[in-house]
Amino acid sequence: MAKRLEVMSGNEAVARAAIAAGCRFYAGYPITPSSEIAEKMAELLPKVDGKFIQMEDEIASMAAATGASLAGLKSMTATSGPGFSLKQENLGFASMVEAPVVIVDVMRGGPSTGLPTFPAQGDVMQAIWGTHGDHAVVVLTPGTLEEVYLETVRAFNIAEKLRTPVVLLLDEIIGHMTGDVMIPDDSELEIIDRPKPTVPPEEYLPYDDSYGDVPPMGSYFEYPFHTTGLHHDKTGFPTTNPVKCGALIERMLRKVFGNREWLEKNVEHYTEDAEILVFAFGSTGLAAEVAVKWAREQGIKAGLLRPLTLWPFPEKRVYDLAEKAKAVVVAEMNLGMMIREVERAVRGVTPVYGVLKANGQPIEPPEILAKIKEVA
Amino acid sequence: MHLEYRFAGVGGQGAILAGVIFANAMIKYEGKHAVQSPSYTAAVRGGPTKVDVIVDDEPIIFPRATNINVMLSFHEKSFHAFAVNLADDVIIVADTDLNPGLKPDERTYLIPFYRIAKEVMGKVQVANVIALGAIYAVTGIPKEESLRQAIKDRVPPAFVDLNMKAFDEGVKRIEELLKKGG
Repeated sequence: MAKRLEVMSGNEAVARAAIAAGCRFYAGYPITPSSEIAEKMAELLPKVDGKFIQMEDEIASMAAATGASLAGLKSMTATSGPGFSLKQENLGFASMVEAPVVIVDVMRGGPSTGLPTFPAQGDVMQAIWGTHGDHAVVVLTPGTLEEVYLETVRAFNIAEKLRTPVVLLLDEIIGHMTGDVMIPDDSELEIIDRPKPTVPPEEYLPYDDSYGDVPPMGSYFEYPFHTTGLHHDKTGFPTTNPVKCGALIERMLRKVFGNREWLEKNVEHYTEDAEILVFAFGSTGLAAEVAVKWAREQGIKAGLLRPLTLWPFPEKRVYDLAEKAKAVVVAEMNLGMMIREVERAVRGVTPVYGVLKANGQPIEPPEILAKIKEVA
Repeated sequence: MHLEYRFAGVGGQGAILAGVIFANAMIKYEGKHAVQSPSYTAAVRGGPTKVDVIVDDEPIIFPRATNINVMLSFHEKSFHAFAVNLADDVIIVADTDLNPGLKPDERTYLIPFYRIAKEVMGKVQVANVIALGAIYAVTGIPKEESLRQAIKDRVPPAFVDLNMKAFDEGVKRIEELLKKGG
């Protein structure tokens, strides 16, 4: 793969990858530590004939990004915790109308305005379950700068292929770290576009499941159709028919959970013979990668599972590795969120220990190493 | 090669920009891998601020310093907040006037960056570049030309000469210190 050396921050990598993935619309309201994404999109979008709009708040930003998607453009919005809370209602709407859209949340300390400039990973449950009702989102958690770039492209590809919102979850450290990174040429990237209708507009049904779980998606301009947050049938108009309502929700969940294998992506180090399995993501995952390497140097058989797709959760892989291990260590910058998901996946076959922290400070490799040694 | 730097100051002093310049010098002109990871508070001016710069021959995984080889302190307030994870043989370069608690020794170099910037250079903004000159003079890393070029890349054209002089001044002050010590 042809690559070139660049120097950029995590936030800049998101913006540049979004453009490379075909994003042509951004609506947002700036908030630390995500503001550089908006700043960069404002610079880059006009150069590719795209549209950038700063909205009056995060609610409107999410609405605008969803609207642009329905109008045919790949779209994105970015925020941090407080803004992510505001986006949840319209995130549910995007999910319900099956609009592909990428929502970036660069996590900072919460709840509320919390610690605006410090890292945290306390939004993971919100990313997965933040909007109400049965719904399925995809949540990606890149670590390195190269991963940030490639996972941003993948976020768009997933959103487009499955017609669903995708949450790209960074943390302050990932968003603000700046370093050298090898970026693939645009021509080498796999770019996926939403399935397009092949019928004339007058015959088009926006939620026609006879095509499979992901109905073709026309743009509002060429294929005017009705959207509603209410349960709807294949025409897009509301229905309360229990058969149709049940089928709709089941299909929307199947789009994501039926594609687990395609969606699952993990970074693993030394897992083949790991006695201590470490599970961590984002910047904590990077700290864990260093800790596991140090543990190996000290003769401890530690291994790392660092999910790039946090949701759907890699439950089978976690179970398979945990079953062979004598302890599982979960490190995250919150006081216990994904550890519950890990415990659920492990089903008690192996004890699970946490390295949990929510004081605005990163979890550093020595803290994870200390826990590895304690349970080894 | 694996080196960890921490530049600490208070918001507005240019510590983070110094880190950006240093990391760029290592990447663009020395062919190293480098990552800089800043930390600051919501206060635009006056809050404790630091940036970690990690340099390695291999790609860097975790971007925060855990074993600091060189610590630059622009302000005592930040030194106290961030002087953790120091290597046993850490080299400290600090502003004399703003770090009254620090005493010079064989690994601690005190230069009045701000006094020099104000009184000699006539522009307080170049204090961080004086500090970069001092770090170069103490450690010999990176090559002088690499750091000069990275500074030129980041400052407005009208201020390149002033910044080069500021860099020279930082180098000179350390050389004087070393002469005195020797």
